[in-house]
Amino acid sequence: MTTSVEPQAPASAAEQFALRQQSPLQRVQHLLHSHPALSPLMVLIVACIAFTIINPRFAQPATISIILQQTAVIAALAIGQTLIILTAGIDLAVGATAILAMLVMANLAANNGVPGGLALLIGIAVGTACGFLNGLLVTRLNLPPFIVTLGTLSIYTAIGLLYSGGASVGRNQMPPILNLMGTRFAIGPFRLTLGVIIVALLAAVVAFILSQTSWGRHLYAVGDDIEAARLVGIQVDRVLLSVYTVAGLIYGFTAWVLIGRAGTASPNAIVGANLETITAVVIGGTSLFGGRGGIVGTILGALIVYAFNTGLALAGVDDQLRVLAIGVLIIVAVSIDQWIRKVKA
Amino acid sequence: MTTIPPTSDLTEEEKDKVGLGNPPILADTSETVLSGRGLIKTFGRVVGLDGVDVDLFPGEVLAVIGDNGAGKSTLIKALTGALIPDSGHVYLDGNEVHFKTPQDARSAGIETVYQTLAVAPALDIAANMFLGRERRRSGPLGSVLRMLDKKGMKDDAGQSMANLGIATVQNMSQAVETLSGGQRQAVAVARAATFATKFVVLDEPTAALGVKETGQVLNLIQQIKAKGLPVILISHNMPNVFEVADRIHIARLGGCAGVITPKSHTPTEAVAIMTGATTLAKG
Repeated sequence: MTTSVEPQAPASAAEQFALRQQSPLQRVQHLLHSHPALSPLMVLIVACIAFTIINPRFAQPATISIILQQTAVIAALAIGQTLIILTAGIDLAVGATAILAMLVMANLAANNGVPGGLALLIGIAVGTACGFLNGLLVTRLNLPPFIVTLGTLSIYTAIGLLYSGGASVGRNQMPPILNLMGTRFAIGPFRLTLGVIIVALLAAVVAFILSQTSWGRHLYAVGDDIEAARLVGIQVDRVLLSVYTVAGLIYGFTAWVLIGRAGTASPNAIVGANLETITAVVIGGTSLFGGRGGIVGTILGALIVYAFNTGLALAGVDDQLRVLAIGVLIIVAVSIDQWIRKVKA
Repeated sequence: MTTIPPTSDLTEEEKDKVGLGNPPILADTSETVLSGRGLIKTFGRVVGLDGVDVDLFPGEVLAVIGDNGAGKSTLIKALTGALIPDSGHVYLDGNEVHFKTPQDARSAGIETVYQTLAVAPALDIAANMFLGRERRRSGPLGSVLRMLDKKGMKDDAGQSMANLGIATVQNMSQAVETLSGGQRQAVAVARAATFATKFVVLDEPTAALGVKETGQVLNLIQQIKAKGLPVILISHNMPNVFEVADRIHIARLGGCAGVITPKSHTPTEAVAIMTGATTLAKG
């Protein structure tokens, strides 16, 4: 029978062996494990250099400005998607929610005589309510998020179409405040929209909340190991409900950015939003299994998608090959995630 | 080895002494940290607890042993709010308590280290130590911006680990999933020891560990005891139990087959009592 072990005992031979055996590959694995946003950052830098070499127009301020403007809406939606995926959930109703919120704010202002500011707030509230309903179904009925949001995807889309009659609302029909996010201005050689700046701010705020508050930490804990979170006294259902609600708020807010970007409020806007946001999140290094990743990675992931689109177009690559390239990126990103998760001390 | 006479050979006085008589001799609940009296818990027709009495005295390590299904987990759950007993009383420091959830027990100063450890693998050690009770920074950064006191929690986590003599883990920013099984156990135990004010419950802490890591966990139990915190240790492992326990509560068939000490009985006798091969007698 062994008695108590010396607390100051040095690491065993095997432990020291393990430390010495770190190959460069293992070091990379460890680095990526502690900084998951590094791999999308590397991909983005390498891609930008490569695209610039192929076609120098890629690095021109005008091109970069367009990429940033294109990225803003999907990046903003992907911020909400990131929160949900971090809890090991998924949101398939992201596009439907944003479109419903957008149609509500646009139609209220254009057709019902509601003042622009109030219409905007009601639209954002509708988005928030959509998220809240998803959260209620996930936490109260214990339905899988995939099923809940697959259902609400259809429901929110149908409500949006019924409400708007399938018609678009043009820029001139809407009060200025709804078009505000499309306001263009120049920073140096770059031509940006207010939407781009606001989305960057939104990303910074959410990233701060995730890393610096206990809500953020609980969100990670719930996605990482929901039973453990429950056992340490985290109110798991309350955290999940708040995450879906905050995501809905972000989608509602993004509807405003979307009107600015598109110039109209159309029921056919951002049809690919679901898959595009999930793509951005996954390429950005956030794990679909929850508990790891973050906003910085997601923003990089969204930028990668649009940088690839623009870069490959400038390189004269066929449209279909661009789609193929994004597909390859997704699979590589998830493979890297699986590899990182196998990290050992 | 002392011979164990069958129960029928015991005098009434002897039966009383070993807790087999009716009514059994029980400690005054004002002298115990925790007492359970007449705890009954049934699951449909299955009897989980059949009127169990249990006492935990200040500064002791009480082991709860028993075969699978003997009711040791049910007993612990009934004492820590994870299950609400159908009948019976639980006293903490002499006052009756009615824990409805594990959180009630936790707020009362009872910390449990679950077999699953209840750690979030991707979060670091400091985050896991303070998970669910994070500390905020002082001043407006904490009250307005709700910022976590990451540095303070990290320092305190390191201090807690050092106090328990856990030297194999130095970097509190390490993700728990990069730790070995024993190190993870150490994190969970350190968390319990840090926040417990009444006692600590360890559920099969060595079940998944190797010999060396088991030794480290047993050492941790001694450290917690040295801090003055009583420990309830649920275990299958007789050598471990006999090494660290002051008293051993033997659960059997939903009841208690008796309470022995490592001095009064050998591990072999304990197993015999546990499995019903013999009934208890004082050694």
